[in-house]
Amino acid sequence: MFNYQTTLGQAEFNNPIFTASGCAGSGKELSQFFELNQLGAVVTKSIMLKPRSGRATPRMAETPSGMLNSIGLQGPGIDLFLENDVPWLRDQGATIVISIAGESVEDYAVLARKIRAVPGISALEVNISCPNVENRGQVFACHPETARAAIQAVRRNIGGELPIIAKLTPDVTSIVEIAQEVVAAGADSLALINTVLGMVIDTNTMRPKLAGKTGGLSGPAIRPIAVRAIYQVHAALPHVKILGMGGVSSGQDALEFILAGASAVSIGTATFGNPMAAMKVKEELRNELINHGFDSLREAVGYAHRSEGNPE
Amino acid sequence: MGINSNAKQVLAEIVSNKKVGAYHHMVFAVGELASSAKPGNFVAISVGGESSQLVLRRAFAIYRTFDRGQNGGLLEIVVAPHGAGSTWLTNQQPGTKIDLIAPLGTAFGIPTQPVRALLVGGGYGSAPLFGLSEVLKNRGCRIDMVLGASTAMKIYAPLDGKRSVSSLTITTEDGSTGKTGKVTDVMREIIVENEIDIIYSCGPMGMLEAINEIAEEFNLMHQCSIEESMACGIGVCMTCVLPIKGEDGQIRMLRSCIDGPVVSGESVIWKAKRTIPEGTWGA
Repeated sequence: MFNYQTTLGQAEFNNPIFTASGCAGSGKELSQFFELNQLGAVVTKSIMLKPRSGRATPRMAETPSGMLNSIGLQGPGIDLFLENDVPWLRDQGATIVISIAGESVEDYAVLARKIRAVPGISALEVNISCPNVENRGQVFACHPETARAAIQAVRRNIGGELPIIAKLTPDVTSIVEIAQEVVAAGADSLALINTVLGMVIDTNTMRPKLAGKTGGLSGPAIRPIAVRAIYQVHAALPHVKILGMGGVSSGQDALEFILAGASAVSIGTATFGNPMAAMKVKEELRNELINHGFDSLREAVGYAHRSEGNPE
Repeated sequence: MGINSNAKQVLAEIVSNKKVGAYHHMVFAVGELASSAKPGNFVAISVGGESSQLVLRRAFAIYRTFDRGQNGGLLEIVVAPHGAGSTWLTNQQPGTKIDLIAPLGTAFGIPTQPVRALLVGGGYGSAPLFGLSEVLKNRGCRIDMVLGASTAMKIYAPLDGKRSVSSLTITTEDGSTGKTGKVTDVMREIIVENEIDIIYSCGPMGMLEAINEIAEEFNLMHQCSIEESMACGIGVCMTCVLPIKGEDGQIRMLRSCIDGPVVSGESVIWKAKRTIPEGTWGA
C-alpha cells in the first residue's frame, strides 16, 4: 500500500498536492470542478489586514510558457476573510493553510494574533514577498534582517503549535541565507518559490504592458529556478520541510520537486489553464512514485541528493 | 456573485471551421452544456495543444448554441485570428478535440415585456448579439441592430442571423460598406425613430463607453459586454477586474469573468480607464 501522506512542521496532510496562494482564490470557484477535500491542502490567497482594491489593469501578460501578474494582493481583509471564507472552507472538509501578507512587521504580528484562535487551520503561510512601507518599500524577503523580523513577529504572536511556512522569493543573492534566517526566527517550513520579478514591454504602445510595470513571472518558465532553489535549500537545511511551487503542471514536474527536496507541491498557474490541474498532478505524481519503486512519498523526498557512490 | 453554476469542462470535437471575412466561424460538439448557455455567456478554450507554451485559456463570447442535432448540442463562436492562441485555434481541423469550459460569466438580461431593443456590435463583438436577438424576438421584442467595424471584411453579419432583426445598419470607418463612420454616428436617429427602450452592446471598451454616453443622453437602459485581460476565466486569478458601482453605491474592483462580462452600462466607472478610481473599496 503506497503511503502518500506528508508533513510540514507538525502538520500532517493526506497527500502532497496543494493549491498555491493566489491561484485558487479561497477555493469556491474551483469547488465547481472537484471536491476541495481531495487536495492535500487549500492554500488561500494571501490576505492582508484591511480590504484592498489591488492594482490598476492590465494586471496580466502572457509570456513564453508563463505569465506575469501584478494583482497587488486584492482582497477583503482578514476580518471578512475569517468571517466568510474560512467557515465555508471548513464546511467543505478542506484542509486549510491560510496565507498572510503584511506591509509592516506590526501587520504580521496583528494578523498572527487574529488567526491564533481560529479553529480548523493546519498551517500558516507567511508571504514575506511584500514591500515594507516602513523601509522604503523594500521587500521583506529580500533582506535577512527584515525577513527575520516578519517571521519573528508571527512566531511570537501565533501561540500554540500552528506551523509557520515562510514563503521566499528567488530574487535574492542567496536564498539559502534567507532560509537560514527565517528558520532561526521560528519558521517550521519553507515555501519555495514565489514568482520571479519580470517585465513585458508592449511593442505597439512601446510602454510596459502591465499597469504596475513589473509583475511576478510564474508558470513552467520558472520551474528550473524553483527546482534549483529547493535543491540548494534542502542541501543546506535537510531537516526543514519544503512546500515547493513554480510551474508544476504534471506529475513528472512534481516528481522533480520531490526529488530536489520538497515534501509537498503547490499548483499555481497550471490551474488557470486547467481547473483540474491539481487533481491531474495528484494522480500522476502518485503513479510516477510507484513506477519508480517508492513505497511512500517520504522515501522520495530529496532523493536526488544521494551520493554518487549510492546508485540506488 | 459566484462562478456560473452551469460551467463544465469538456473535450469538444470541432464540427466545422469556416473562414468568414476576417474571421472564423467555429462549431463545437459540446453535448448537454449547450442547453445551459445563455446569450452573453462566454467560453474559455485551451490553445496550442499538449506541449504548448501558451499556458492560459482564451475567452470567446458564445455566438449561439443549439441543444439538439446529431451531435447532441452545439456551441458556436466567431474567432479573429490576431494572436498566437487564436491563430492556432482557427488552424484546427474538424474532428480535432478541444478542451473548453462553458458557459461562463453573466448573460444579457431579458426583459419580461416586449420592448424595442437596439443591439450594437463592434467587429466580431456582433457575434453574441445574434443569439440575443433570437431570444428577444421570441419574447415579442422589436430589434434594431447596428454593426460597425474599421472595414467591410471585419463586419460579421451572417444571413441567417439577420432574420430576427427588423433593421440592420452597418457602418465602416473606411466606407467600404454601409455608412461611413462609427456606430455612434447612426444610433441617435434609430433611437428616436424606433422609440428604443433598451440598448445591448458588445465590442471594444472605447466603443462601449461612447454607446453608454448615448444611453445616458436618452436615459435608456444599457447592457454591455465588457472585456479586460483575463488569465483563468473562472474567477481565481483576479486579473480581469474593473471598477463597478454596486447598488449600495460602493465602487469595487469586480471580476469581468464572474460579475461580467455582461454588466449594466451605468454601473461601470468608464472614466477610470483602467485605473483604480478614488473611493473604490480597499483603495
